[in-house]
Order: sequence, then C-alpha cells, then structure tokens
Amino acid sequence: MLDFSSLDRYIPKFLEGLKVTIGLSIATVILATVLGFIIYFMKASKSGIGKFRPISAFAVVFIELMRGTPLLLQILLVFSGGKMLLGIDISAFQSAVIAITLNASAFIAEIVRAGIEAVDKGQMEAARSLGMSRSLAMRLVIMPQAIKNILPAIGNEFVNIIKASSMASVIGVGELTLAAKIVQGATYLALEPLIISAVFYLILTFSLGRLMSWIERRFKSSDIR
Amino acid sequence: MIYVKDLYKNFGKTPVLSGINQHFKKGEVTVIIGPSGSGKSTLLRCLNLLEAPTSGSIIFDGQNITDKKADINKIRQRMGMVFQQFNLFPHNNVINNIMLAPVHVKRMPQQDIYKRGLELLSRVGLSSKEKDYPASLSGGQKQRIAIARALAMDPEVMLFDEPTSALDPEMVGEVLDVIKNLIKEGMTMVIVTHEMGFAREVGDRILFMDRGTILEEGTPEEVFSNPKHQRTIEFLSKVL
Repeated sequence: MLDFSSLDRYIPKFLEGLKVTIGLSIATVILATVLGFIIYFMKASKSGIGKFRPISAFAVVFIELMRGTPLLLQILLVFSGGKMLLGIDISAFQSAVIAITLNASAFIAEIVRAGIEAVDKGQMEAARSLGMSRSLAMRLVIMPQAIKNILPAIGNEFVNIIKASSMASVIGVGELTLAAKIVQGATYLALEPLIISAVFYLILTFSLGRLMSWIERRFKSSDIR
Repeated sequence: MIYVKDLYKNFGKTPVLSGINQHFKKGEVTVIIGPSGSGKSTLLRCLNLLEAPTSGSIIFDGQNITDKKADINKIRQRMGMVFQQFNLFPHNNVINNIMLAPVHVKRMPQQDIYKRGLELLSRVGLSSKEKDYPASLSGGQKQRIAIARALAMDPEVMLFDEPTSALDPEMVGEVLDVIKNLIKEGMTMVIVTHEMGFAREVGDRILFMDRGTILEEGTPEEVFSNPKHQRTIEFLSKVL
C-alpha cells in the first residue's frame, strides 16, 4: 500500500521544486504573453512589397513551427543548441524559460487573434468614421472588448504553461517533477513522490484558475451586456 | 461640397458601383433609394472611404480624398456617419461613447466636451441616460445616441446608412424625428433609406439606384409622382 510516512523529511525537497516551478511558470507566463501579442501584431502586419509581407510571413512560419513540433523536443533543442550553435552558455533554467516562452507565445498569438477577430467589424468602422486612426481605434475600442474574449482562453494557456514546465525536468531543472524523481531514487518509493508532486501541481493550477475567473468577473462587471 | 467623379467599385470580380457621378451640395438633403444590392450603401461608404473605390475620385471641400496623400482621419472628422447596426461602443457608457472621439481625436478639453455631450443628449431626448450602458437601451435610443456621437465631432455633413432598418417599427419615428430636427438646422445629409414616406418628406433630391448605377434622380415630386424609368416604376409599385 501507499506509504507517505517516510516522506516527511523530503518535504523541503518538494518545496524547493515547487519554488522553481512557480518561478519558471511566472517568468514564462509574463514573457509568453508579451511575445504572444508581438507575434500577433507581426502576423497582422500589412507592411510589405506588393503581396509579399515578410513580417507577417515570419510570424506565420514561427507559429506553425512552434505548434507543429513537440515542446519536449524544443526544450532539448534550445538547451543543446544554445551551446552548440550559438556558443552562448545558457543555464538549464534559462533554456526552459526560452523554449516554453517561444512555444506558448505561438498559442497566445492565436488566442489574441481569435479574441480580436471576435469583436464586431462595425466597431472598427464606427471608430474610424469618427476620425480615429487604426491604432487609436485598436487601443480605445477594439482591445478593451477583445480582452474579455481573450481572458478565458489565455487562463487555460497559463495552466498549460504550469503543466508544461514539468518537461524542464529532462534537462535537469530542479522543479517539482525532478524533485519527485530524486525522492523516488532516495526512498525507493515508486508512486508516493509522484502523487505528492501531482497534488502540488493541482494546488497551483486550481489557484490560478480561481484567480483568472476572478479577473474575468472584474472585467465583466464593468459592462453589463 | 462632395463631388463624386466616375466612381467604380468592385468586390472581387463583382461590380457594385459602375460609374457614379454626383454632386452633393452644402445644405442639401439627398436621399438614396433602390432595391437591396443596388449599391446604395456602398456608395455612401465610399464617401468617407470606409470602402476604397476601385477607380474614380471623391472631392470633398475641394480636396481629392481618394488621393493617397490625403489625411483620411482628418477628413472623416468632418463627416459624421450613422450605421444601420448603431455600432455603439458597448464597453463605454452613453456619455463616454459621445466623448471618446472628441477627447482623443480632437483633443478638446474634457470640460467643454462634457458640456457639449450633455447638450447633444438633451437634443436627442435622452438626457437621463448619460450613465447608462448601450446594452440597457432600446434600439431607437441606441440610434439616437449614435447620432449624438457623430454630431459631437461637429461634422459638416452627415451620412446615414439605413438608420432605421434595424429598428422595431414603433421606434422608427423617434429616430426620424431627430434626423428631421437636424435638417431644420441646415445640416448637409446623404441618407440611404427604405422609408419612402420619410424620403419624400425630407429629401431635397432623390437618387434611385439600381445595379450599381443611378438610374433616376430629381426632386421627390419628380421621382415619386412621375418616375420615368421602368425599373423605378416597378420598384416604387412594390414599396409604396
């Protein structure tokens, strides 16, 4: 049967892992959100010569690459590629942040696009008919409405980021999953350490879920539809 | 005030406007009628370049606005537009809907535009709705707010794109009354509408459009009582 009694003294190990997971997730969520918006605006960019729009094309290729290849592989590629191809020494933690950020930003860019496209076309027309430039209309009229469409989906993506951070264990980032593996090795217990990590992940994702729905409610209360 | 010269517009390969030539004079109310799909709304939307013409030019107050160098945002500030679907900003309350463009585009002082906003609200008969959100208003109220929002920019011409077509019948009157009051004040207008009684009553000039061209134009008397073209006669017999 399951025996958690001998795991007391490994609790600090788990907490250490939890701290790394939280740090990794927060850094990734922030960077991926910023990059996701940038990628969206690049994809929506109309600048170019004739029909060829290089900025937009770059963003499209980036999104396809990131969504079309496994995250695990991307983490390994950044970790080894950073050293071998670019000759820069990046830590395992930094590699994980970079890889998960790149990956998540592609998904966030698509979430942002869907949220913006869901705003009625008449809104942009009304704003433009009043003399607003495209960017002013975007800022004053479209974005405040798009945010409400974006929030629920982006909350999901944040939860995904927390869970995806477990893959950083393969390159030796000492986060929750690696902590579980280390405790497994030290105690010869197969299941119990994994279950404890799982509970920690659940606590993280559940709290984030509550936080996101609280934010959603705040945004909704500002306009009664 | 607005000259339209050899205006053509295609959506993809489909021609929507085929050679429109018009002069919309200052202080004049022009009403465009015609069957759906005839290009009425497209013509109106070309006037403030919400649709980019395929060819031809539009001269507003001596300036060719179809020219690439024309500052379209500046020009649009001088042309108010009212849409069939109102297009109020749902995340802003009524007064902020009215104030948004004057504050951020014209950079007028908050105090002045707020006073002007209240004045416009009382003009469209909705003084008590200042703090309400669009979602809590009826269709007729929304459209009156949309008119106030356009007027807040002090436009020289107002473009109405089927302003009553999305309204319940009992609300059409209140919106038309607001438009009539504006006409009394001498506002230049181009109105696309299916309200024939209204067109006849307020129009200085009626344009009948069919398949992307203006088939017939003249005073309400001429177009409604003595239509010359077979298509106009058919259309009027169906709608009157």
